[in-house]
Amino acid sequence: MSNFFKETDIDTSQAEAIVTETLKKCDDGELYLENHKSESIVLDDNKIKSSTYNSDQGYGFRAVTGEVVAYSHSNDISKESLRKSSENLKDTLKSKKGTYNHEIPKTNSKYYENINPIESKTFDSKIDLLNSVNNYLRSKGSIVNQVTANFLGEHKSIEIIRSDNQVLKDDRPLVRFNVSVVLEKDGKKETGVYGVGGRQSYDDYLKDGSWKDVCDEAFRIANVNLESKPAPAGEMKVVLGPGWPAILIHEAIGHGLEGDFNRKKTSAFHNLMGQQVASEGVTIVDDGTLHQRRGSLTIDDEGTPTENTVLIENGILKNYMQDRLNARLMGTKSTGSGRRESYKHVVLPRMRNTMMLSGKYSQDEMISSVDKGIFAVSFGGGQVDITSGKFVFNCTEAYEINNGKIGSPIKGATLIGDGPSILKEVSLVGNDMKLDPGIGTCGKAGQGVPVGVAQPSILINKMTVGGTKL
Amino acid sequence: MIKDQEFLKDIASFCIENSKKLGATDVGVKVIHSVSENVSFRNKKLDESNRADSFAVNLTTYIEKKKSSINSSDLSKSNLEKLIERCIDATKITPSDENNSLPDKDLMSKEIRDLNLYDETHYPNNKKIEFLKKVEETASTDEKIVNTEAGFTENKNNFILANSNGFLGGYKTSNFSSSCVAVSRINGAMERDYEFGSTRFLQDMMKPEEIGKIAANKAIKKLGPKKIKSEKIGVIFDKRISKGILSTLASAISASAIARGTSFLKDQINSEVFPNSINIIDDPKIEKGLGSQNFDSEGVETNSLKLVENGILKNYLIDTYYGKKLNLKSNGRSGGTTNLYFENGALSFKDLLNSEKKFLYITETIGHGGNIITGDYSVGASGFMVEDGELTYPVSEITIAGNFKEMFKNITLANDLEMKYSTNAPTLLINQMTVAGK
Repeated sequence: MSNFFKETDIDTSQAEAIVTETLKKCDDGELYLENHKSESIVLDDNKIKSSTYNSDQGYGFRAVTGEVVAYSHSNDISKESLRKSSENLKDTLKSKKGTYNHEIPKTNSKYYENINPIESKTFDSKIDLLNSVNNYLRSKGSIVNQVTANFLGEHKSIEIIRSDNQVLKDDRPLVRFNVSVVLEKDGKKETGVYGVGGRQSYDDYLKDGSWKDVCDEAFRIANVNLESKPAPAGEMKVVLGPGWPAILIHEAIGHGLEGDFNRKKTSAFHNLMGQQVASEGVTIVDDGTLHQRRGSLTIDDEGTPTENTVLIENGILKNYMQDRLNARLMGTKSTGSGRRESYKHVVLPRMRNTMMLSGKYSQDEMISSVDKGIFAVSFGGGQVDITSGKFVFNCTEAYEINNGKIGSPIKGATLIGDGPSILKEVSLVGNDMKLDPGIGTCGKAGQGVPVGVAQPSILINKMTVGGTKL
Repeated sequence: MIKDQEFLKDIASFCIENSKKLGATDVGVKVIHSVSENVSFRNKKLDESNRADSFAVNLTTYIEKKKSSINSSDLSKSNLEKLIERCIDATKITPSDENNSLPDKDLMSKEIRDLNLYDETHYPNNKKIEFLKKVEETASTDEKIVNTEAGFTENKNNFILANSNGFLGGYKTSNFSSSCVAVSRINGAMERDYEFGSTRFLQDMMKPEEIGKIAANKAIKKLGPKKIKSEKIGVIFDKRISKGILSTLASAISASAIARGTSFLKDQINSEVFPNSINIIDDPKIEKGLGSQNFDSEGVETNSLKLVENGILKNYLIDTYYGKKLNLKSNGRSGGTTNLYFENGALSFKDLLNSEKKFLYITETIGHGGNIITGDYSVGASGFMVEDGELTYPVSEITIAGNFKEMFKNITLANDLEMKYSTNAPTLLINQMTVAGK
């Protein structure tokens, strides 16, 4: 736990007094304090390329009345700085009048331990492991052209002081370990990338030689891509593998169900509540409560305990994801989805771990039902235009399907679809739901937050594949 | 108020002295202060006001050829002492790398020219509010516009960059930016488009009426898009996205990608990469330029470079570390390009649109479908069909794909270059790309 007021000219009760005084005519708001430590150690081109340690601390002071948000942040935690922020907030909202909403539910649940992953593994042993990764991959032969591996670890302590002197705290560990390999054969170069992570210590993911599995997977993907042919262009059937390909759900559906876009009626989903938006058998949830997962949070960045929110149940749209502001304006409750990248950013409704639940079909049944299409196993990133509903994602490992059989690997291609209609094209839902390996970061309005995704294999009747072969 | 140079210099010197005391043989440090004020409006009402006051210290310590870094936002000397100690401890046990070093002394920037990058005018929030009201007023005149958002941001920066070889330099910069996003609707289907202006000086900002009007017109023109058939066709890139081609080039010719062997342009120096009519310049010394700088992020002097001359690749973007790997001297591009642009082509915009019977005109791409290693490119796109030189109907839910190596060789430029961003390109045509649609 950080003591934010140690070594400052202000103590907790004085800070609480400023918060209460500033927010007395507001609907909502808080003082959010954050201490963030992070490290990055990178091996690249046979060398330790960089080792960096970051230490950041500051506050974000927020006042909300009606639809208006006033925000002021600084890294200077002092009486003068807080007073200045307070004046700034009061000035913005001077003509507004609200009633403070005191309701923040309590929780005793905890979805991760308070450990500092940076300190729980020695610097030496991190360097040793990175060198082992390099040696292990390069021992696979001269085909290995380039190896990059890195540790990213962080520990974040937050404290939220609300108007009624309610104080909420959380300590959040997060790690990520990534390996990227470039292979070269007959003048052709291809990359394979794989990583693991979550809210535990590094060794929970890497012990007993399991780091070799990460290397092997990156190597396997690059090797497959060396044999890849140009991807087809046009509309066809698409089978998605389980796990990480669920970024389709994240892009196509998830963003469109965030509360802010629906309150503002700029989401293609804003008038579809209670309606059928997906095939029967499709159920999608956004769950912040999975133990030690990358997207999990004990409390969100407004202090609300997270939950498992049902977004789509058996094809019917049930809920949006809400922070406090959008929930209040839409006459509903926060779903514990209020998140911010750091004290420098305002709260927005965001995803946590977005998951499509298992159905009853096997992946083999799906593939054998396809005459001509593609089978996509792994993806890079994705993006969506919330308003038109159009979304894309990029394959990093995919194969042709011909007459019910998996054929040659194909080059990376973008797939494009329409969010509100894509889930109606899901004709089979697999029985093999899998979580992603813990590597996702979602960007919205310039803010990145860690998220997770999960899904079983699914068969989509029709999607446009953006290859080069007509 | 933005902190003055003396304040930042004091912290930079403190970091260098303390690092040396603890055993650093070389030190590089940057100290930054920035103040930013943003106001945003939605549907003609105040939505958000945001004030940011941020400090940052980036410190790199060397012990011979070993190197480690720390970053912090807390400038208190007690915090910095602790972090410097941590940095030195990490440096001691980081394996050495013969290419780690400060830049050569003779490459360092010697004088700081006033490039007119700082406007001290403060635009108070009530003025920003008046500006935004006008933006939204003009954006929402047409009844097809159902939602508008507008924002104004004012940013002031000051920094000092210093190293233990005696380099010390820094200066203030400012930025004013304003944007408008408009959502249009017809028959229940919506489209979104935007306009955006960014300048060093307040007086150079676009008129609010212009920002609102352009955003609204663009959003309305996109309504009722069709998905077209898959085909090979010439693709015209609107100016808003044609600059993306230059960003790809910049990634592919960065010394890091070349030295690591992970660029599709490896071994292409002095070869013809573009048609021989094409010249590409990176000029850091443009007055008021959004990408202008006196020196790069290591303090190395930076001057105008012809990256591509008559279609031939002439220069990489080189920093100290990767320069050593390539046996080349830094050309002041640590941190990337500055003001990067294509020199104008020969055809007018109108003549370009008329140069074939049919084109696809792209105004927006989505996704990150460019692969710098292989040059493969595939992204989602939307825009318009062009028939006999006229934009006939909007198109969406399609992809465009190709390979940069071939795309670069098939570029034709229009002559409508504007210096609106730090990277700028005129409208450009790429012959024969694959479009995937129905």
